[in-house]
Amino acid sequence: MSAKDISRSDVEDFLYDEAALLDEWRLDEWLKLLTDDAIYQIPSTDAPDSDARNALFLIADDATRIKARVKRLNDTEAHAESPRSRTRRMIANVRITERDGDTLAVSANFSVYRYRRNSPLRHFVGRYEFRLRVTDKGLRIAERRVILDPTELGTLGAISFIL
Amino acid sequence: MTDSPFIIDQPEDMVFRLNRRTLADPEILTREQTEIFDKSWIYCGHESEVSKPGDFCTRDVCGRPVIFSRDSAGDVRVFLNACRHRAAMVCREPCGNTRRYNCFYHGWSYNQDGELVGVPGEDSYPPGFDKANFSLAEPPRVDSYRGFWFISFNPDIKDLKEYLAGATEYIDLVADQSPSGEMQVIQGTQEYDIRANWKLLVENSFDDYHLLTTHKTWLDYMKDSGVQVEPPKGQGLLLPSKGIGKGLGNGHAVIDNINFRGRPVARWISIYGEDAKEEIEDIRTELVERLGEKRAARVADTNRNLVVFPNLVINDGSSVTIRTFWPVAADHMKVTAWALGTKEESVRARARRLDSFLTFYGPGGFATPDDVEALEAVQAGLATWREVEWSEMTRGLNKEGEQLNTDEEHLRAFWREWNALMTVDA
Repeated sequence: MSAKDISRSDVEDFLYDEAALLDEWRLDEWLKLLTDDAIYQIPSTDAPDSDARNALFLIADDATRIKARVKRLNDTEAHAESPRSRTRRMIANVRITERDGDTLAVSANFSVYRYRRNSPLRHFVGRYEFRLRVTDKGLRIAERRVILDPTELGTLGAISFIL
Repeated sequence: MTDSPFIIDQPEDMVFRLNRRTLADPEILTREQTEIFDKSWIYCGHESEVSKPGDFCTRDVCGRPVIFSRDSAGDVRVFLNACRHRAAMVCREPCGNTRRYNCFYHGWSYNQDGELVGVPGEDSYPPGFDKANFSLAEPPRVDSYRGFWFISFNPDIKDLKEYLAGATEYIDLVADQSPSGEMQVIQGTQEYDIRANWKLLVENSFDDYHLLTTHKTWLDYMKDSGVQVEPPKGQGLLLPSKGIGKGLGNGHAVIDNINFRGRPVARWISIYGEDAKEEIEDIRTELVERLGEKRAARVADTNRNLVVFPNLVINDGSSVTIRTFWPVAADHMKVTAWALGTKEESVRARARRLDSFLTFYGPGGFATPDDVEALEAVQAGLATWREVEWSEMTRGLNKEGEQLNTDEEHLRAFWREWNALMTVDA
């Protein structure tokens, strides 16, 4: 299998499954969707197109730190997520923007609703830029970049969960 | 306001109590605007953010929209971002470079020096109308220390350097990291709100008492990464204890700790990777050549969390962050944070600094979200301020001499100044 064998609906199925794992806080299973060299990044809201090597991001994890992030979130002493947020992810406008060998570039819009304790709804809106790799186990995430539309996080507060 | 004092400060009786109303009552915030913020020097921006003539950043400082900019002569200028005609903002971009600040409403325009240069239909104004009287207004006082620019709306305030008092030593320790003395604000701004009183972030920014419990998962992460998280025993410590906390005059205060958890300048830890060792050695060698062994060690081997009264924090630890915050309500603040690096650092050193920043700091870091949670939990609890009036703030009060980073002398230093300003006319 190579990227040319993958259809948009294959990608949609994959992204919906990923969203379900995250909404259900099945983070160890979510980790299995990542490649060994995966990265997870959220640029600062005022520099959405920047590079984490020369701009301050909100999150710029390599594979090691993604695992550390999950370990932290599985710990009840990650106070910001204890009790946990309830999230609901809507993913739409999924587009395969590039196919190259075993790799697909995918863009998708998201609308993530987050409730926690008694605080008001926090609504995260933006787009995902994925780099997905075709493997013999199926699609895997090599790069997961979250680009937020708000010009500042403001009342969204901290991004203490996996966005 | 009730008659109950804001603080009870009786060190001879081992008493220091903070009235919780100071963190919860909207009346206090109204008074803070005039008695604290309008009377102090307030951080506006760093000179590196406006490096060329015509460069500007717009931001809210001290509750006013301002343009932090560089004029045609290359001098840093701060303008109030309000047209002299009807007060509309003349610049609505976050930052950039411009020849003119144009008010789109009726078309008045100003040059880089804030002078009014264009008035459509100027001939309809009566005789005596003179554009020279309508330059963009500027705060009464604008001054800088080592690249950090401050403004004050108090025309009678003491000079900035005198105001900064002992804080200058700690700003020097940051700026001295750079071979040229020039630091640079790095692209990418973290802007997030906390549903808590702004003074809780003052306390939290240099309260080391909370580290072990609030940041257990961060300490675990560091340990998992092979970093020594406990202070080394005994020999050769730069400071008499593992860390101290102290007031620096005028409400500024600091915690000053021996570093043992790594610094991009210039203390290697395993997280940076083996290939970073050599460059960090080089950075250290440069420091030693320029500053001497002792001063280089002071710059490289201590972490300092500095609060410049009232609302500027410069934390120099796993990375350097500038953080300022502004209350929008008694229980709600807006936080803005930047990363600061040396102007000369290599692409790899810059990347390492930014990576190190994110392990702890910021709304997606491994520590800051738990601080936010702590402050919001405090604020929720503060709704009981009418029932439980006082917070105990006596850690270290019984000690002669030096106070630890986990004591509360530095917190008391902030609150004493705050109290003095808030009660000056009482």
